[in-house]
Amino acid sequence: MSTFLLRRLALVLPTLFFVSLLVFGLQQLLPGDAALALAGEERDPGVVAFLRHKYHLDEALPVRYVLWLKGVLSGDLGESIRIKRPVRDLILEKLPVTAELAVLAIVIALSIGLPMGILAAVKNDSAVDYAATMTALWGRSIPNFWLGILLILLFSVEWGLLPASGFVSPAESLSRNLATLIMPAFVLGNALAAVLMRHTRSAMLEVLSADYVRTARAKGLSEAQVVLHHALRNALVPVITLGALEFGELLSGAVLTEQVFTIPGFGKLIVDAVFNRDYAVVQGVVLCTAIAFILLNLIADFAYALVNPRLRG
Amino acid sequence: MTANSLDAVSVDAGERPWLVALRRLIRRPGALIGLAVVIFFVVLALVSPLVSPYDPLATDWRAVRKPPSALHFFGTDDLGRDVLARLIWGARASLMAGLVSVSIALAVAVPLGLVSGYLGGVVDGLVMRMVDAMLAIPFLILAIALAAFLGPNLTNAMIAIGVAQTPIFTRLTRGQVLAVRHEDYIEAARAVGNPHRRILLRHILPNVLAPIIVQATLAIAGAIIAEAALSFLGLGQPPPAPSWGSMLYTASHFLSQAPWMAVWPGLAIFGLVLSFNLLGDGLRDALDPRRG
Amino acid sequence: MINWRTLIATCLFGFTLSGGAAVAQTLRIGLAEDPDMLDPTLSRTFVSYVVRTALCDKLFDIGLEQEIVPQLASQWEWTDDKRGLVIKLRPGVKFHDGEPFDAVAAKFSIERHLTMPGSTRKSDISAISRVEIIDDHTAKLVMSTPFAPLLAQLATSAGTMMSPKAAQAAGENFGSHPVCAGPFKFVERVVQDRIVLERFADYWDKDKIKLDRIVYLPIPDTTVRLANLQSGGLDLTQVAATDLDTVRKDPRPKLAAVNGIGYSGITINVANGERSKTPFGQDARVRQALELSIDREALNQVVFNGEYQPGNQWVPPTNSYYDKERPIPARDIAKAKALLAAAAAPNPVVAMTVTNNPVVLQTAQVIQAMAKESGFDMRIQATEFASALQLSAKGDFEAFLLGWTGRIDPDGNIYNLITCNSPFNDGHYCSPEVDRELDAARGVEARVDRMFHYRIAAEHLLLDLPIIYLYHPKWLYAMSARLSGFTSYPDGLIRPQGLRLD
Repeated sequence: MSTFLLRRLALVLPTLFFVSLLVFGLQQLLPGDAALALAGEERDPGVVAFLRHKYHLDEALPVRYVLWLKGVLSGDLGESIRIKRPVRDLILEKLPVTAELAVLAIVIALSIGLPMGILAAVKNDSAVDYAATMTALWGRSIPNFWLGILLILLFSVEWGLLPASGFVSPAESLSRNLATLIMPAFVLGNALAAVLMRHTRSAMLEVLSADYVRTARAKGLSEAQVVLHHALRNALVPVITLGALEFGELLSGAVLTEQVFTIPGFGKLIVDAVFNRDYAVVQGVVLCTAIAFILLNLIADFAYALVNPRLRG
Repeated sequence: MTANSLDAVSVDAGERPWLVALRRLIRRPGALIGLAVVIFFVVLALVSPLVSPYDPLATDWRAVRKPPSALHFFGTDDLGRDVLARLIWGARASLMAGLVSVSIALAVAVPLGLVSGYLGGVVDGLVMRMVDAMLAIPFLILAIALAAFLGPNLTNAMIAIGVAQTPIFTRLTRGQVLAVRHEDYIEAARAVGNPHRRILLRHILPNVLAPIIVQATLAIAGAIIAEAALSFLGLGQPPPAPSWGSMLYTASHFLSQAPWMAVWPGLAIFGLVLSFNLLGDGLRDALDPRRG
Repeated sequence: MINWRTLIATCLFGFTLSGGAAVAQTLRIGLAEDPDMLDPTLSRTFVSYVVRTALCDKLFDIGLEQEIVPQLASQWEWTDDKRGLVIKLRPGVKFHDGEPFDAVAAKFSIERHLTMPGSTRKSDISAISRVEIIDDHTAKLVMSTPFAPLLAQLATSAGTMMSPKAAQAAGENFGSHPVCAGPFKFVERVVQDRIVLERFADYWDKDKIKLDRIVYLPIPDTTVRLANLQSGGLDLTQVAATDLDTVRKDPRPKLAAVNGIGYSGITINVANGERSKTPFGQDARVRQALELSIDREALNQVVFNGEYQPGNQWVPPTNSYYDKERPIPARDIAKAKALLAAAAAPNPVVAMTVTNNPVVLQTAQVIQAMAKESGFDMRIQATEFASALQLSAKGDFEAFLLGWTGRIDPDGNIYNLITCNSPFNDGHYCSPEVDRELDAARGVEARVDRMFHYRIAAEHLLLDLPIIYLYHPKWLYAMSARLSGFTSYPDGLIRPQGLRLD
């Protein structure tokens, strides 16, 4: 097991290197002059020159890459040219917001996806199964920014039940915090619910035809007990590990959702920074999400390997 | 012998797996509906000049943002153009966005995955690390950065989405190659002395195609949504050419005054994406030897 | 046994609670984007300026007619042939940190704007060569050349006064916690979420301030911002012209509008590199033909529901510096075609660069359709903002649909955009006659004298058409019915003096 661990960890390093290259290249190769874009309407040549010099924009690409990498390895992710604040601070500030949104989305996804998946598996090939599959498809097919806008029109403008945008931290007021997050979490969550439902359904189908389930039934246990206690417990493992890999999708969805609902999280930070050519911000944030994704992948791999010793070989 | 292994036997005996799959596909109502809708949109895109009630580019200053009426079934947009006409013509852009992006992804990923899986070793390791790196970056963020890099127009959006989808297909193809690499018939082919290229193209590729086709169908759905998302952010098809994504982009600024501008393109995207998803799911179930 | 003391205390406590909660004077203002830095010297965005209006007072301010009024300066006097300005500073003014405002602080602030690396205020007041301290509350600004627009410049960010102690201590990071002398002081900022300000108890004009707190909420999406106003999440926000109808239908919010000082127009590449070598770039008649193809009234009607002001000069028609002898030309397709024929270019191809913004895109499409009728083949090239700026600076454009937020003094709307070799004269138009007149207009103070020179400049500019001015945006505000005392100013700033929530 430990050699498996070490081998997987060793593979992570070159991946991280490529990630850093990719992240850096994508930003720095963007057309448009960052200094010009951030110099304001006056475009004072003095200001432009100053910005170019201060943020090393006039140096060669490899030099800038090395400078940036050196900073990253020592914990300094650079500074936002636009707002003049360290990227690390911005990340620490925004991370809890997107994290809370993601957690709520996952909770919603689980509460929709799990029961639907179980139901679909138990009533396999019936009308219920098809209805559940269709609902799941609905979640995957609807453009989430469109859904978000429709929800705002309905719940905020028409009925005045929920705030149209903004974010209140849970420390300030838990009820208002949930009110600001419930719509975006639903928008994010229903796509994930579709995926979870499908995974749960296939996992449950596999498990329900297994021997130990037949044994449980033969022993006289009620159907509910069979499904919920025995089958579900074993079906959950692949569901969760597969779900962890959906983290990237969640973040992609968060980008648009945060734009529409004006939630000050990671997603919004990235989009604005790309358009403002605020290089350090995009590089820092994308690097962090990439590292998080790679870590999650590692954990998922270990979980698989624990369950399935064959994979360790 | 169960029905499943009977099917397996008939495959080995030479009946083309495609016919088997097709038969299974037709039996699934969901997939049929999906296929029908997709065909409908494709036909619509092909005959749009014939069925469109107006010229999608024709502006009319006196009919700006008018609600649906007998004259304009779906209303007009912010320049007085007929929404239905733009919807019909927009099918071209959205379908192209889906098909071209995925084609780009397949054109790069399948050869790469084949070679990487077949050769193994250092080449495989390098390719997979780069694939992992690209996968580590959330899809939409990668697409946004690429689209911003290339410039806002439909072609660049398609390239961006295509490139962003390449790693998934590469990994999928390579995984499939690894699964069949040591099968008997491959070993036999090698023993007989077939050149590598022939083995790859004649023996391996046909046997790995099934999951790729399924994934491709689902990826088309994803690409259509991604194009709409990029347009929504201002990185897709610029006006005046009609595309559902850019129609949503413009419409989002007139939501309270002219909701019909947003509803129809959104529904169209939803409908097309849903049908591709249905088709893809149906294909997956049909091509999976375990399901009957 | 009743404990009377506890009872009375509880009653008093309840009384103060209810009294305090009776009128919550926290104003929530919606902004179109998140401000960059709040440092008056370094900041580059308009929304930052809006926030700083409540935070920082300037030497001068403007009134409703764009006239100069005193703020932290109480009197002023020109000397030395307009090469010197003696300013008397208001006594008894304190900064938020308790430090006194005096001539030393004024000198420090102006020098900071002039010398700090990265200062975006330098070009506004570069005419100032030094600041002399006459006494505790009198300073003299010495200029290298006569500069009549100086007062107007000091009524913008370049005239902002900052606490020397706080600015020296914070250095570059002054923007994360600015300390000025305005009616409100800084409390906190959460990037992309909100900026919170609190009333400054020692403000020199505190009787005019009724609010306790102001919270600025950046919400880029206009629909969401409006939805917030309608659902009560915001008290005041700027609205787009096309949202006015929606607001009018809703009985709750109130509206306010005022003419702005900026403009939107088509900048044409007449001499910047290869791409200027087209009939459009080289022959004024082709440009005149384009102008005659555009029906500015219809454009205003279609894109802005008729709410904005069409225009053809660098100041709006309602501005006192507008040349009334040269009104907006009416659309004349026949004349346009004749001009194109005379220029031997009956179907000119023009590439119009626009930024990726729905309003701008819509404007461009309207122009494209209008120009088609005279024979123009206009191609719209939507480019992302950052790329567009770079292309424009390099001369990689033919026509660029662009706006200018506007300056109080008319000089600010023309000098740096059209004189030879000026920073944002991307089209590289150069006319020594125009330069001469604009320079002369800087040297005189009386409106009549300046108009004399501007008229001559207009004669050249409206024939050569290096910029085709299209319209002047108005500042449009929607606010909750609870808000009273709101006045809209031509510079678009929200001044907290007099604002009250009921």
